[in-house]
Amino acid sequence: MKSTLLHQARLKQQIWLDMLFRGLTRLSAFGVLALLVAIIASLVIGSMPAIEAFGFHFLVNDEWNPVTDEYGALVPIVGTLVTSGIALLIAIPVSFGIAIFLTELSPRVLRRPLGIAVELLAGIPSIIYGMWGLFVFAPLFADHFEPWINDHIGTLPMLGPFFAGPPMGIGILTAGIILAIMVIPFIASVIRDVFEVVPPMLKESAYGVGATTWEVVMKIVLPFTRIGVVGGIMLGLGRALGETMAVTFVIGNAHELSKSLLMPGNSISSALANEFTEAVGELYTSALIELGLILFFITFVVLSLARLMLHKLGKGEGQTT
Amino acid sequence: MNAETVNTPKVTVRDLNFFYGNYRALKDINLDIAEKMVTAFIGPSGCGKSTLLRTFNRMYQLYPKQKATGQIMLDGSNVLDPKQDLNMLRAKVGMVFQKPTPFPMSIYDNIAFGVKLYENLSRNEMDDRVEWALKKAALWGEVSDKLKQSGTSLSGGQQQRLCIARAIAVKPQVLLLDEPTSALDPISTAHIEKLIDELKKDFTIVIVTHNMQQAARISDFTAYMYLGDLIEFGDTSTVFTNPKRKETEDYITGRFG
Repeated sequence: MKSTLLHQARLKQQIWLDMLFRGLTRLSAFGVLALLVAIIASLVIGSMPAIEAFGFHFLVNDEWNPVTDEYGALVPIVGTLVTSGIALLIAIPVSFGIAIFLTELSPRVLRRPLGIAVELLAGIPSIIYGMWGLFVFAPLFADHFEPWINDHIGTLPMLGPFFAGPPMGIGILTAGIILAIMVIPFIASVIRDVFEVVPPMLKESAYGVGATTWEVVMKIVLPFTRIGVVGGIMLGLGRALGETMAVTFVIGNAHELSKSLLMPGNSISSALANEFTEAVGELYTSALIELGLILFFITFVVLSLARLMLHKLGKGEGQTT
Repeated sequence: MNAETVNTPKVTVRDLNFFYGNYRALKDINLDIAEKMVTAFIGPSGCGKSTLLRTFNRMYQLYPKQKATGQIMLDGSNVLDPKQDLNMLRAKVGMVFQKPTPFPMSIYDNIAFGVKLYENLSRNEMDDRVEWALKKAALWGEVSDKLKQSGTSLSGGQQQRLCIARAIAVKPQVLLLDEPTSALDPISTAHIEKLIDELKKDFTIVIVTHNMQQAARISDFTAYMYLGDLIEFGDTSTVFTNPKRKETEDYITGRFG
């Protein structure tokens, strides 16, 4: 009798603990949602004066003049998108190369040291990339690569105007390259991790019908891991879009729209970092906050597009519907 | 070790040794695989039967530190010759694994994948080939109206027949089955066993199995292996009813293993 009572008490306690645990997990999950809503709300409220003053014209205006209190976001938006685009264009193929080499081709003794090196690269603080970019990479780039780009690509008919300009070392292209170096470790290590979970038997089956390593990676491993791969690329893109410190060092921080990638420009995050301290007046501050809102929005759109792409890919592969 | 082969041997194994690093996993194996017959490898875990199977299409080569010495003759050429074209070898020697491994693509593409690597077929010819392979694998009736669905949407037994269809679609000469029913329920297993009986009209089949009854039911020849040695090889009925070696008798009567 006594033991059953004890048992019941224990049971009651367990039910109570279970409820507490459930409540705590729910609180954490909804806390994130609440935080997200709060951040969006404060960004919207903060940018209201600028939205009221400039409306949609803000998005397409390339003027940014604190003296006349006239602000447009076109230059930083373009700068953010173009630098991130360049970064991905370089980082995706290189990351694939790293991941394929590490999982399929590398001798076993090299796998760990190379893998650790890639991960260490991800741990370097961004300000160090910025310093290195400004003091080491930019001068080298200006002396040895940009003149070559000017002479060889800058003279081409269609592409030319994008690659013509003074070899200064700093500019959109340099920022894109530095960003590429920064996001490669993220993308490469995610892709490597998801490649590693592909069952060996699945790969053997593909080799077993006579596929080459290239065919196995492209047609079996990649489709099998596509969600993880897209996730890794998005992680990299997210970092590239929001990266502030390193970009600020090398992008040139000029509010000028130029066709040439060799010319200095600006990105949303570096505009924010550079100008918040000196922003006087309600409209200036508000315009900067609206820039932040736009960056938030771009990231959101990019993530949604990635989801849509995954959905389309899944259909193309013939899943049950 | 008398292989009273009725037909000419399709594969002859001579003095085959296999090493995982320094560990010798196969010891001087000599064996003839009869054409268009079912040959079963049986033995306790770790005896080397899967290892032996994986030398026939050089699957072991994917992994460093694994190597084979000796001779495996298939159609007059040595499989183990370093100059052997691996992709062509694997077109001739198909393989099915312990677990179903459908590729992450549609049922149709699962079959077409291997064929596309070797042959340039028109859309119609490819349709015919896919249908032929699925019919051979006794799966056509179940999937003919859903070829565009993912291969992973099928049941386990269906997936394994899909893998068999995929292996025979490239029209190999030898089919290697590495415990093909170990992950399946009894009904699916019965399906596959019936299928193997049908397939031996066209293909030379080598099967590794843990299940002695299965070997007795479906194979024409049986090889009993233990710790890397080929202990006994011969007619399945002889090996099971009148084994020459004491070790074989102990194993098949369940006194050991």
